[in-house]
Amino acid sequence: MNIKEFTKGLFKENPTFIIMLGMCPTLGVTTQVVNALGMGAAVIFVLTFSNILISALKKIIPDCVRIPCYIVVIACFVSIVEMVMHAYLPSVFNALGVYLPLVVVNCIILGRAEAFANKNSVGDSALDGLGMGLGFTMSLTLIALIREVIGAGTITLIPIGSFSGTITIPGLSANPVRVMSLAAGALLLMGLLKAFFQYLQNRKEAR
Amino acid sequence: MSYIAILLTYVFINNFILVQFMGLCPFIGVSKNNETAIGMGVALTFVTGVSSIACWVVYYGLLMPFNLTYLRTVVFILVIAALVQLVEMIIKKMSPALYKALGIYLPLITTNCIVLGIAIINIDKGYNLLECFASGIAAGLGFTLAIILMSNIREKIDLNPVRKSFQGVPIAFISASLMALAFMAFDKSLLANLHLV
Repeated sequence: MNIKEFTKGLFKENPTFIIMLGMCPTLGVTTQVVNALGMGAAVIFVLTFSNILISALKKIIPDCVRIPCYIVVIACFVSIVEMVMHAYLPSVFNALGVYLPLVVVNCIILGRAEAFANKNSVGDSALDGLGMGLGFTMSLTLIALIREVIGAGTITLIPIGSFSGTITIPGLSANPVRVMSLAAGALLLMGLLKAFFQYLQNRKEAR
Repeated sequence: MSYIAILLTYVFINNFILVQFMGLCPFIGVSKNNETAIGMGVALTFVTGVSSIACWVVYYGLLMPFNLTYLRTVVFILVIAALVQLVEMIIKKMSPALYKALGIYLPLITTNCIVLGIAIINIDKGYNLLECFASGIAAGLGFTLAIILMSNIREKIDLNPVRKSFQGVPIAFISASLMALAFMAFDKSLLANLHLV
């Protein structure tokens, strides 16, 4: 087990901003922070367990039919997440809508299975899945935070006890920049964030 | 809903790329030049049309009667993967020229969000078989429209000076955002004004 497999997914090989995989849910569900967290949790679960199972089965799965095998394994875990979320978090389930079953075709999960889990040990694969999942969740939360604060002037979290689950930002919530919560704002923000990361990378290389 | 309303909805009002963000990976990856963009669009339209029908038949013919609807995600992705393989073999046999043009894009389509997305949306909305086919074709056409527009924009951008940090993917996203802004002009009132609802 190597702790580096865990930390690389967080920043150095961040799936959203550096490898640019799994763009569809990244922009589709990030209108509210709570949806980003729900999607992130689903991806962490599916990615970790599919990585574990695939690396455990890597000697049994024949090479020529490996992609269909991976897809079936991933689809099974996604179905489990769908059922659990439907039962315990119906509001998040409804908000995620069609994007939840679409985790099956999320390139990150198949990509990690193909690029990492079928070559490495079970422990390393689990750490890789966990790290990549957390990196994905962090980027999603960042995008959702910016979009929700500017686009609606609120931060929506899970209601606990007397806390209603919504933080309202004075001033912005009365006159929000609506376009940020729509499609155009999401694409614009993604472009600007990617440019920022490209700038950081260029500066690092120049040194 | 009439068939024209379904076509307008998925090509313009709910364009899969610019409004629902499905299939962004090929949209950014394959839109560098015009010819490959058209190839990808045509191949995808073909697959979405056929796979919407196949998924509808499997869902109402197999999963519903045996009460297995919870297996929807697993079964649909398998149907789509098998179908793409089948389409690839048929095209290879029937028309080698078409295979040469579309061949490299077909394997990519299995993991395209639009194909699985439209199959699930069809079931959620309760469309019948023909409406399903119309929405499948419309989803593909919407993708084709967006990717052709995008490839033309990117060919023009290549000739212009762009700041180093913005080169490549970032400027593509920002152009897509401006396109999405233009597509906001199409909304539900379009259907109402055309008396289609």
